[in-house]
Amino acid sequence: MLGIKGKDLSVFILVAALALLAPFLLNPFPVDSAMAQFNAGYPDLMQRFVIFGIFAIGFNILFGLTGYLSFGHAAFLGVGSYAAIWMMKLVSLNIIPGIIMAIVFAGLFSVLVGYISLRRSGIYFSILTLAFAQMSYALAYSVLTPLTGGETGLQIKPGDNPLLSNIPEGEIGRASLFGLEMSDSSIIRLGGWEFTMNVGYYVCAVVMVLAFYMAIRIFRSPFGMMLRAVKSNQQRMNYTGLNSKPYTLAAFVISGMYAGLAGGLMVAMDTQVGPERMFWTASGEVVLMTILGGAGTLIGPVLGAGFIKYMENIVSKINSTVLHEWFAFLPDGMEDFLVTIFYPFVGKGWHLTLGLMFMAVVIFLPGGLVQGGQKLAAMFRRKKADDTDGDTANQKTPAE
Amino acid sequence: MDQIIVQVLNGLDKGSAYALIALGLTLIFGTLGVVNFAHGALFMLGAFCAVVFSRILSLSHEVVDETRTDFLGNPMKIDVPYMHDIFGPELGASIIDWAVPLSILFSIPVMIGVGFAMERGLIKHFYKRPHADQILVTFGLAIVLQEIVKAFFGANPIQTPAPEAFTGSFDFGVLLGFDPLTIMYPYWRLVYFGFAALIIGAVFAFLQFTTFGMVVRAGMADRETVGLLGIDIDRRFTLMFAIAACVAGVAGVMYAPIVAPNYHMGMDFLVLSFVVVVVGGMGSLPGAVFAGFLLGVLESFASMPAIVELLPGINQIIIYLVAIIILLTRPRGLMGRKGVMEE
Repeated sequence: MLGIKGKDLSVFILVAALALLAPFLLNPFPVDSAMAQFNAGYPDLMQRFVIFGIFAIGFNILFGLTGYLSFGHAAFLGVGSYAAIWMMKLVSLNIIPGIIMAIVFAGLFSVLVGYISLRRSGIYFSILTLAFAQMSYALAYSVLTPLTGGETGLQIKPGDNPLLSNIPEGEIGRASLFGLEMSDSSIIRLGGWEFTMNVGYYVCAVVMVLAFYMAIRIFRSPFGMMLRAVKSNQQRMNYTGLNSKPYTLAAFVISGMYAGLAGGLMVAMDTQVGPERMFWTASGEVVLMTILGGAGTLIGPVLGAGFIKYMENIVSKINSTVLHEWFAFLPDGMEDFLVTIFYPFVGKGWHLTLGLMFMAVVIFLPGGLVQGGQKLAAMFRRKKADDTDGDTANQKTPAE
Repeated sequence: MDQIIVQVLNGLDKGSAYALIALGLTLIFGTLGVVNFAHGALFMLGAFCAVVFSRILSLSHEVVDETRTDFLGNPMKIDVPYMHDIFGPELGASIIDWAVPLSILFSIPVMIGVGFAMERGLIKHFYKRPHADQILVTFGLAIVLQEIVKAFFGANPIQTPAPEAFTGSFDFGVLLGFDPLTIMYPYWRLVYFGFAALIIGAVFAFLQFTTFGMVVRAGMADRETVGLLGIDIDRRFTLMFAIAACVAGVAGVMYAPIVAPNYHMGMDFLVLSFVVVVVGGMGSLPGAVFAGFLLGVLESFASMPAIVELLPGINQIIIYLVAIIILLTRPRGLMGRKGVMEE
C-alpha cells in the first residue's frame, strides 16, 4: 500500500493514528482530577509536538542517514518563518502560500550553506554550520531589522492588509486555510473529560503525516541507500568512483526544506516570529530530539520531539506546591525530604532532568528510545520464547 | 591612532579569555582526541569558585558592640567576619578584598577534582566512540552542570568585584605620549591579560621542558607507539585532562570581575572558543592562542563606531565570517597539523 510495505507500513499507520487521535490520547485524565496537569491535549502543545516532529524528521534525514552533525538547522527554521510571515503580511492570510514560500526560501538558503559547509566533514562541518547559523541569528537580530523586525520580531499587525484577503478596517487578520481559521476549535465533553479538536492542530498533523510518509520513501529509496553508504564509509565510496557530494548536498537541502516547512507551520499557528528561534541552542534542541528518540530510525525523531516538548511544558509546570500535594500522605519529615530531593529536577529545573536523561541515552542507549523499546520488547519476547521453544526471538533487528 | 590602540587593548583582553579556553580545548583534543563541549562549563565552574570562595571568606558572626547603642539604648549587634577574628581587622579586611585572586588557590584543587572525576567517570568511555557521540555526551554534561549551578546560585549574575587596588583605570595615553584620558584601561583587564600570558607561558613551558610534557607531546603525535614503549599513557592523559580543566577554571576565576558570573556564561564562551580552536587548527596549541588573540582583536576592531557605521552589524558576525573564510581556504586551520580530523 502507498508504495511502502511490511514493518514500515505498520509504523506509518501507527504514526498516522497517533497523530489523528492525539487530542484523545493526550488527555487521559478527567479535567477535575489531580492528574489533569499531565494532560497534554491542548492545541498549543499538540501543535508543537507535530511541528517539532517535522523538524526532527527532516534533521534525521541528514544526521541519521549521512552522519553529518549539523549544529545550525535552526537557521533554516528561522528563514522559513520569516518568509512565511512576510507572505502572510503582504500576499494572503491563507497559510498555503506562506508555507510554500517557507519551504522555497529555506531550501535556497540551505543550498548556499550546504554547498559551502559540505566541503568539510566531521567537527569542521559542525562548526561551519554553527557559524552560519549564528551569523544568520546576528543578522536577523540587528542588521536586517527592516526585514526581520530585529529584537522584537514580526507579527501580523492591525495595519497589515494582504493583497488577496480583505480584512475589515482596524481588525487584525488571522491565519486561515480557505476560510477555516487556525485558532478555531471545538470542545467535546464526555463525562469528566474534555477533548479539544483544533483546526490548526489537524492541519499540522496532516502535514506531519505526509512529511513522515516522504521520509519513509526517502529512507527506503536507492538515494537513502546511498546516504547510508556515505555514513558507513565515504572514502571507500569515493574510491569506487562515485561522487558523494551531490547526495549529501541533496540530503542537506531536503532536511533544510523540512526545517523551513516546520518554520512556516509555526508561523501559520501563532503568526509571529522572533530571532531567538534561530539561536544555536535551538539547533541543539533538534539534535537532542533526534538522538533521544533514536537517530537513523524512522519513528525516533517524532518520539524524541514529543518527549522533549512534553517535558518542557508539563514537567516544568510541577512546582513545590504540587510536589507537597503529591507526598502529603507521608509523614512530615519524609514529605519534606522527598520534596527537597525531587524539586531540583522539576519545575524550573526540568533542563537538569533533560540533560541527565540525554547523557544516559548517549551512554547506554546509542540507538535512543527506539532501541530502548526494542530491548524491552526483546526481553519480553525472550521470556515467552523460553516458555515455548522458538529461538527466532533472539534475532537482532537493526534499529530501523 | 589612539582609537586603534584602544581597540587592540580591548581585543587583547577578550582574546585572553578566548585563548585560555581554547588552549584547554585544543589540549584535550590533541592529547585525548576528545571533542569536549563541556569545556565552557568548566570555565563557568571556575567563575563560580570565585563566588563561593569570596562567600566563604566573608562568613561572619554577630558580636555585641558595647561602645555603640541603637535608639532604644540597647547595645548594637554588628557582623564581624571570621577573617577579622583570625587575622585582625586590617589584614582580615584586605584578605576579603582580595577574594578573587585568592580564589585561584581554592579553585585549583576543585577543578583538578572535577577534571579527574570527569575523565575517569565519563570521558574515558568515549575515546573509541565517534566524535559525534563525544560532542553529544559532553553537551549533555554541560547542560547538567549549568543547571546544577543554576539550582544553587539562581539565574541572576552575581557581582564579584576585583580587589580595591585594581578598581581604577590606567591612563595609557600619558605613557605613550597622548593627551591624558584618551586611552583609559581598567587595571583588572591589564591584570587579566598578564595572567593569561603567564598561564599560557606556563602551559607551554610545562609541555616543552618537562619529561612529562615530552611524553605527552609524543602521545599527541602517536599515542599507540608511546603506549607500546611501556609508558602508562592513560594516567598521563587523565592528568592532562585535569590540567586543562584547571586552566579553564582559573581563567574563569579571574574573569569573574569582568563579567559577573552567571550560569550560562560557559555556553556563551563555548561556541566562540570552538570557532577559535577550529580557526587555529584542531590540536594545535600555538594556533589556539594565536587565533584567540586574533579573533578577539578583530572583534573589537569591528565594533569601532566608524566601522559599524560603514558595515552595520559587522561586529556581531566578524568572527564567524573569518572562521568561514579561513576554513574554506585553509581547511586545517591556521596552524593545524595535516591529517587531524580530516576524513
